[in-house]
Amino acid sequence: MSGSIGRPVSRVDGPAKVTGAARYAAEFAPVDVLHVALVGSTVPKGRIAALDTRAAQKAAGVRAVITHLNAPRLPYRPFDERPEVDPSVGEPLRVFQGPEVRFSGQPIAAVVADTLAQARHAAALVGVTYAAQAATTTFEGGRRRAPKAGGGETRRGAAVQALGNAAVTVDAVYVHPREHHNAMEPHATVALWEGERLTLWDKTQWVNNDAVEIAHVFGLPDDHVRVICPYVGGAFGSGLRTWPHVTIAALAARLVGRPVRVELTRRELYTSVGFRPHTEQRVALGARRDGRLTALIHEATAQTSAYEEHTEETLSPARVTYACPNVLTRYRLVEMDVNTPTHMRAPGVATGLFALECAMDELAVALDMDPLELRLANYAERNEEDDLPWSSKELRACYRMGAERFGWSRRAPAPRSMRAGAWLVGYGMATALYPAYRSEASASATVFADGTASVRSAASDMGPGTYTAMTQVAADVLELPLDRVRFELGDTALPKAPVHGGSITMASVGTAVQAACEAVRAKLGAANGRSYAEALREHGVDRMEATAHVEPGDESKRFSSWAFGALFAEVRVDVDLGIVRVPRIVGAYDVGRVVNPTTARSQCLGGMVGGLGMALLEQADWDPRFGRVMNANFAEYLVPVNADIGELQVLFAPGDDRRFNPLGAKGLAEIGLCGVAPAIANAVYHATGRRLRTLPITLEAVLV
Amino acid sequence: MVPFAYAAAASAPAAIRHVAQRRDAEFIAGGTDMLQLLQDGVRSPSELIDINRLPMTAIEVGPKGARLGALARMADVADDPRIRAEFPMVAEALLASASPQVRNMASIGGNLLQRTRCLYFRDVATPCNRRAPGTGCPALDGENRLNAILGGSVHCIATYPGDLAVALVALDADVHIDGTRGERTIPVERLHRVPGDAPHLETVLEPGDLITAVTIPAGAAARRSHYLKVRDRASFEFALASAAVGLEVDGGTIRAARVAVGGVATVPWRLRHVEEALVGRPLSADVIHEAARTSSDGAEPRGRNAFKVALLPRTVERALRTVGGLA
Amino acid sequence: MELPRPRRDIELTLRVNGAERPLTLDARTTLLDALRDHLHLTGTKKGCELGQCGACTVLRDGRRIKACLTLAAMQAGAEIVTIEGLAADGALHPVQAAFVEHDGLQCGYCTPGQIMSAVALLREGRTGSDDEIREFMSGNLCRCGAYTNIVAAIRQAADRAA
Ligand SMILES: Cc1cc2nc3c(=O)[nH]c(=O)nc-3n(C[C@H](O)[C@H](O)[C@H](O)COP(=O)(O)OP(=O)(O)OC[C@H]3O[C@@H](n4cnc5c(N)ncnc54)[C@H](O)[C@@H]3O)c2cc1C
Ligand code: SF4
Ligand code: FES
Ligand code: FES
Repeated sequence: MSGSIGRPVSRVDGPAKVTGAARYAAEFAPVDVLHVALVGSTVPKGRIAALDTRAAQKAAGVRAVITHLNAPRLPYRPFDERPEVDPSVGEPLRVFQGPEVRFSGQPIAAVVADTLAQARHAAALVGVTYAAQAATTTFEGGRRRAPKAGGGETRRGAAVQALGNAAVTVDAVYVHPREHHNAMEPHATVALWEGERLTLWDKTQWVNNDAVEIAHVFGLPDDHVRVICPYVGGAFGSGLRTWPHVTIAALAARLVGRPVRVELTRRELYTSVGFRPHTEQRVALGARRDGRLTALIHEATAQTSAYEEHTEETLSPARVTYACPNVLTRYRLVEMDVNTPTHMRAPGVATGLFALECAMDELAVALDMDPLELRLANYAERNEEDDLPWSSKELRACYRMGAERFGWSRRAPAPRSMRAGAWLVGYGMATALYPAYRSEASASATVFADGTASVRSAASDMGPGTYTAMTQVAADVLELPLDRVRFELGDTALPKAPVHGGSITMASVGTAVQAACEAVRAKLGAANGRSYAEALREHGVDRMEATAHVEPGDESKRFSSWAFGALFAEVRVDVDLGIVRVPRIVGAYDVGRVVNPTTARSQCLGGMVGGLGMALLEQADWDPRFGRVMNANFAEYLVPVNADIGELQVLFAPGDDRRFNPLGAKGLAEIGLCGVAPAIANAVYHATGRRLRTLPITLEAVLV
Repeated sequence: MVPFAYAAAASAPAAIRHVAQRRDAEFIAGGTDMLQLLQDGVRSPSELIDINRLPMTAIEVGPKGARLGALARMADVADDPRIRAEFPMVAEALLASASPQVRNMASIGGNLLQRTRCLYFRDVATPCNRRAPGTGCPALDGENRLNAILGGSVHCIATYPGDLAVALVALDADVHIDGTRGERTIPVERLHRVPGDAPHLETVLEPGDLITAVTIPAGAAARRSHYLKVRDRASFEFALASAAVGLEVDGGTIRAARVAVGGVATVPWRLRHVEEALVGRPLSADVIHEAARTSSDGAEPRGRNAFKVALLPRTVERALRTVGGLA
Repeated sequence: MELPRPRRDIELTLRVNGAERPLTLDARTTLLDALRDHLHLTGTKKGCELGQCGACTVLRDGRRIKACLTLAAMQAGAEIVTIEGLAADGALHPVQAAFVEHDGLQCGYCTPGQIMSAVALLREGRTGSDDEIREFMSGNLCRCGAYTNIVAAIRQAADRAA
């Protein structure tokens, strides 16, 4: 056994990334590639009354100006069922198929030119006259519009009565702003037609779906579209769907008969690839004096667009995190004239946990109880909502390990009672959890006579380390040293993989890789002591390949599978100037088996950084008069910089969840972000005595 | 970006003459603000004249003060040990600006002339009096968290975003200008114009005017000085409020005081009344508190920027306490 | 001395990673686009084109700059080093090796910029403490949040160089 699973192996794609050799979508430059620039609408709702493209057409280097007036009608073949990454209600935005404007920033024209500078300049020359219509651009306005169907209610017991009878209650509203993924790599697509076959180099978290969606748009057989994406420069959910700019690339390439590249600008990204929706939540908790929850009501109202209903799992934490006989959740969507929100890093769950975990902290205060004790008093021994046992749950160990490492016992209970020099000090904590999903997946494995192997699946690696983890899994099963195994991903020519999101890659693709490697070994009859070279020779071949397709079994009917975590944060607050700094965060996680402690730790560190941004910095500055994000850049939409980050510590509770899948890994991309923001918000309360329920917690809220 | 023509100037007079004569011709130095404005479509020069080869990079420090060539880079000035010793607030203001990469590129002259970060100014899809005169000012009732509470008008409340100029104004620095009508020198404090009813006229410079240098007089208050910048992130962000302060203290009595503030006003803003409230008084926490308390007098908050009214006096107070050794 | 006639098309020679690269460029071309689109040196990344992310960090005459904030025309004659020019004869530069060793990266998109910045940081001598490293690396955003490991990698490279 090479035993590479569980070892802190360096990223196998590290050398390519540190030398600049790794190529991202925009960096594939077919011969004669042309450049596309987009024209975005400047009104949130209305119709294009007139277009003047004369100046643009005459500008140097311009090959085509594409608008709804000259674009071909595209088939947009209907799906029997929308792909799971698309909202199930509504119609995706169609490009250049009509004069309707549905949000500010909607692409309404595209210019194809020889160079990027020429295309962008010509795009600025396109004259547009709008017949603007009254738009709904405020959340309040959205509330007044007819409720969307995408809402829903769940009940367990009788929460309203129980709240009325509870000895101790808290009831508050929490506001979460619109946030943007802002991956460092801008979305980009390079499109190349060869006859009726299309190749796309596209930034995506799911090459297979990307190909199918574009095939539907153009009415092509699915296998006529090939999508290639070996590296993803971060996405956090923005690459789940196939957005309109991908269609624009394919369309433009078709019209000019040359390959083209569409590269979105940072500003365009704020209206092109979704965002985490503005969400307002009410949480009401009722408890006995001993802290046991008797009632939990969690209501969330989230924005969506006028043309699609994006819903997310905001309320699932309310249903499963704690033991409570009476739970009511209510989800509501409000429609606004905006582009459609989408999943962003721990979608919904992070939002819901912020409200729930702050409310738990408020309850702890009301009960005069330690916040960690309150969590333990309400520990859920099973998933009470689905009435299933956990496939594994080491949350108690997480609480204990995290608290110990953090020094939670040093926390003086009273707010404003801890100081470090002129700074007020606060300790806060929160629970984290994220559902573990598994999906069907395929992989193939080939062993060669020289003792190397190549393993493939159309999966994706936006940073968590798919390349490395799959190489480890394959090396483990094949009993080969790591450097003899090569894993390929990100190409529809490879065996199908599920979406790279929701932390499902490890559990799904990992299982497929494991199965494919086992299959090739079985085929070869490779037994102890005999080398692959010998086995291949006996078979009279120079290589042997096997493919495996794996599907989840009925485990999800028998068990409930979630990843868990416990977050502890220290903040320092300068109340005079309103400054909040976070010198320390400790996170302890139960993610099942850890395939690679190095990359797993990195993933959780990254989640903490994202969570810190969510807590203190990130927010789209929305101007309802224009229906625009005004800080659509990296200077005024603030994400954490290096200097914002103090000491971060990641601990893993031992775990191996074979009830969930044969690898025992629960997936850990999203859990890292969960619970960080409420831990920080609760620490700010502890430091200052001020309960701040609107994110981000900026200077002006803290100034007193 | 609009198409423009480019040339690198080898002599100042030729560059000045050219830019003065050509409509929409502009200088480019470090390029760090110019490129942002070009990419965002905020500026559309017909020609860019690169002045980087002109001999204006020297940093000289003598007993009377410092002379910073207009093309001295922010990083070089910030790292100069003489500047750090004689004018700490200047070095600190520079080090708190932008990022190391930008500071390696950006020039002192260009820094003074950087344009506002007002969100509307930089989004050409929206109106803006400063960028497109007469179109209106959406910041007045909009996303104005970054905007000014001092020095604004009903036409514009854009904050002057730079840090260095705040320190220079506090220290009575001069800016040296070479133009078609010869050389002249004006206080940095007179370089920028409050918006009034013509927000698009940002400085007193005429077409072709070239900043050649900045001079800063030495003095006890310059030597005992500090620049405090308050922002959301710990680094790499423009100021929400900043204070450049210097004190000359003799036998426990404040002999001279310098106070200028940034991030809150339409131009680098000197607080003379705060200085006056300090001079002649004993150096004490109370005196500082009483003086700093009035920092926001006359402020006109407009919604999201209202917090600056409270933040500004505290920023000034903290900075003064720091130089006074009372922090 | 007269001003040379301003031109929209510029003939220039860029010196990149020690090689002379003659080019004819639209005056608007940024150094970043010249590297990526004209010289196909795509290791230098584009994250914002506004100087706000640091993904495009390269060395000019040994100092770190943001390639998106300068015109290629302004860099004629300067010595530019990109990530592709760092590894000598296939061996990783110590900073590159330290990034791999400490997992100072995830998606890898900010990584070339971080590394170029770190190489300059070592020369600047700004590695006295972890806080100093953090402050002087703050011009390079990492949305994956690899900061902790980036600091550890730089710390190691600095200690080994000392
Ligand atoms: C991401 C980012 C963050 C930043 N953060 C900060 C910050 O926190 N604090 C801060 O103070 N600044 C900050 N800046 C602004 C930066 O300091 C300025 O962009 C820079 O100082 C401008 O100098 P430059 O030489 O690059 O000017 P350029 O961009 O070349 O020119 C700017 C303007 O000045 C004119 N000009 C330049 N030199 C002269 C001259 N000698 N005579 C006449 N006209 C001239 C040009 O024509 C142009 O109009 C930031 C910039 C960026 C990109
Ligand atoms: S404050 Fe000034 S710069 Fe901002 S929108 Fe108003 S006029 Fe324009
Ligand atoms: S691309 Fe140059 S700093 Fe972002
Ligand atoms: S590694 Fe992904 S942005 Fe830094």
